[in-house]
Amino acid sequence: MKTPSESAVSLHPQLEALKKAGMELLYPPVPRITVGTAACGLASGAGEVLSAIQTAVKKHNLNAAVTAVGCVGFCQEEPLVDVLLPGRPHVFYRHMDPKKAAALISELSEGHLPTDNALCQFPANGHSPLVDLGIPSHSEIPFFAHQVRTVLKNCGFINPDSLEEYVAVGGYTALWKVLTSMTPEQVISEVKQSGLRGRGGAGFPTGRKWESCRKAHSPDGIRYVICNADEGDPGAYMDRGLLESNPFSVIEGMTIGAYAVGASQGYIYIRHEYPEARKHVENAVAKARSAGLLGSNILGTGFSFDIEISQGGGAFVCGESTALVASIEGRRGEPRDKQHLRTVQSGLFGRPTVLNNVETWANVPLIIANGPDWFASLGTQTSKGTKVFSLVGQVQNTGLVEVPMGMSLRQIIFNIGGGIPNGRSFKAVQTGGPSGGCIPEHLLDLPVDFEALSSAGSMMGSGGMIVMDENTCMVDVARYFTAFLMEESCGKCLPCREGVKRMNQILTDISEGRAKESDLALLEELACVIQDASLCGLGKTAPNPVLSTIRHFRHEYTAHILDRKCPAGVCRALVTYSISPDLCKGCGACVSACPVGAITGERKSPHSISQELCIKCGSCLDVCPTKAVVRV
Amino acid sequence: MESDVDSIVDRFGAKPTALIAILQEVQKQHGYLSEEALRRVAQRVGIELAQIYGVATYYRSFRLSPPGRHSVVVCMGTACHVRQAPRVLDALKQELGIEPGQTTRDGLFSLQSVNCLGACALGPIVVIDDKYYAKMTPLKARKLIQQCRKRAEKEVRG
Repeated sequence: MKTPSESAVSLHPQLEALKKAGMELLYPPVPRITVGTAACGLASGAGEVLSAIQTAVKKHNLNAAVTAVGCVGFCQEEPLVDVLLPGRPHVFYRHMDPKKAAALISELSEGHLPTDNALCQFPANGHSPLVDLGIPSHSEIPFFAHQVRTVLKNCGFINPDSLEEYVAVGGYTALWKVLTSMTPEQVISEVKQSGLRGRGGAGFPTGRKWESCRKAHSPDGIRYVICNADEGDPGAYMDRGLLESNPFSVIEGMTIGAYAVGASQGYIYIRHEYPEARKHVENAVAKARSAGLLGSNILGTGFSFDIEISQGGGAFVCGESTALVASIEGRRGEPRDKQHLRTVQSGLFGRPTVLNNVETWANVPLIIANGPDWFASLGTQTSKGTKVFSLVGQVQNTGLVEVPMGMSLRQIIFNIGGGIPNGRSFKAVQTGGPSGGCIPEHLLDLPVDFEALSSAGSMMGSGGMIVMDENTCMVDVARYFTAFLMEESCGKCLPCREGVKRMNQILTDISEGRAKESDLALLEELACVIQDASLCGLGKTAPNPVLSTIRHFRHEYTAHILDRKCPAGVCRALVTYSISPDLCKGCGACVSACPVGAITGERKSPHSISQELCIKCGSCLDVCPTKAVVRV
Repeated sequence: MESDVDSIVDRFGAKPTALIAILQEVQKQHGYLSEEALRRVAQRVGIELAQIYGVATYYRSFRLSPPGRHSVVVCMGTACHVRQAPRVLDALKQELGIEPGQTTRDGLFSLQSVNCLGACALGPIVVIDDKYYAKMTPLKARKLIQQCRKRAEKEVRG
């Protein structure tokens, strides 16, 4: 079996030059200080940290290379700053703010590498040894230790806007190999052999899709490749992370795919909620084009391919292939029937089209560079390679994690994720977004694998993994997803348009204490009809969150219906707030927190809540220092 | 107005595939899509106005009425939802006295809820005028609005 190694093919002189320049940028003779400025970093204040570092570097006259990079995935610890001294390992500092950043630069300018706020060290340049700095190695940090990072390997280390740095970490060796030593059929055969399946949700074998597209009849020989970056699943942001951290890997993957299927034009369809990702992709496309890696006669090989960027308008259903194609064509993104005419036969402008998701495209250069056997050695029988998940919700360590297929949900949530915070207990994990389902505790040993997750009533989906603790109400979760889908249904077919709305009404009745026992059976019957009769994937999978919560958490439904109680205390109509006079010290914190003035009481004596005025917002519960506020 | 629209159409090309990009740019410059602008786009790109209206009302990112001076966006993605985003939204609705999709009577704030901003690890997320605020609570959200209102009122007066 081949191991991940340098390609044997010698590089094009231009790539060699880019690589050399990239190595100088990545490993300069002066300290390299980088700040993770992907959208999650920016949300935690990375922009301010970056300018504080730039100011401090000037002030201390420190000779250093300060660069913005993407996201290493540990979003919980943002803003993250990486300091790489020449010949030393990377040292990551967490939870930085402008003050801490200025202090860090001041220490560096005096020749010290501080340990305050240090998260961990990573080996640099692949082999430089870790040093005993009193800072743990990344392999001692559970969040990183159990991951296998291939697609995410360079994310957070390289400047996403630098083609040179991408080439320096091995970028474009795969494309060069393809263009100089492989036929399109050989490329397709390697992708088939690797076992790569679509990372967007459905898990269709990528190589087979490419083959069908190549073989499909096109009246004028025109074919298209599309990158689906309309990452609409709420709770999933793997694609944003990749595009903001390593956009060139996606572009290289698309270029290889275009060569394989015979396309000369590609599109990247990015959702409008991702302005940062769009900026990085626009820059990457422009740089690749001016370096002759996109456009006509790429690297003098005679192969031509270019990419246009198309921005979504904010419609969840546009993640569906036919709707996405309609949207690129400038129309309403309504899906069409795919039973008889698939996108690979008649897609964009009626031509054969391959549509793959961001992460799928990013896997392609790795498969070509490292060989299909390497890829197939990771994962399970039917699901090969790794998968990136966004591990979020009620879990200790939130962020982007990449694991080999087949790892159990329990390992991901408890080993990498560090379990549930605040001493609460685990209730469920939601995978697959609005098309997926909720998986209970007793199924946590299931491996992440396309088939295993489907058998549990959920699905792999694009990689959102939302952890829910005892304070989450499963009826509320089902109601949430039906509300989401009701709004996002395009309205073209009746089962989805009307059916999802009715499911939402029944669930609202349940969560507000108006439901009858028979409503549960009605809900299940309705769900089956929607599954069977809807036109596209959105409708067909819309009942999954409802059916999976009924299947695994029926007792919560019956508590709402029969006892008129919400065990998790979420469904507002079924809970009341009161103050326990024994615990209340009369501090008045709740009085100032209450937005409607529903709480009264003398200072230093027990307070009380007027049930007539209370809007059940829970602010009193949040602020009470003695836990005297009770929700039942 | 006409010349603004014309230069946008020229930049993206007067072709149907550029429609969404053109509408996005018009909205970016004018804050919303006015009837006048839509009519001009229809004329220039050669698409029926009804079809353009269909597209403009189909996608969530387009608005057909002028926005407030400051935009308040609440993420309602799943990860934010399980971390109490609905309570954050309730607090904002109450503080502003409007529902999502509406603008306050003084024209200062527009409130909008979105499906997912992809900053899930840091939820609940509130975005005010493109600045992200992470790990929101109902109380923090109320305070944020109160501060913004003070600043905004000063700006209007000053």
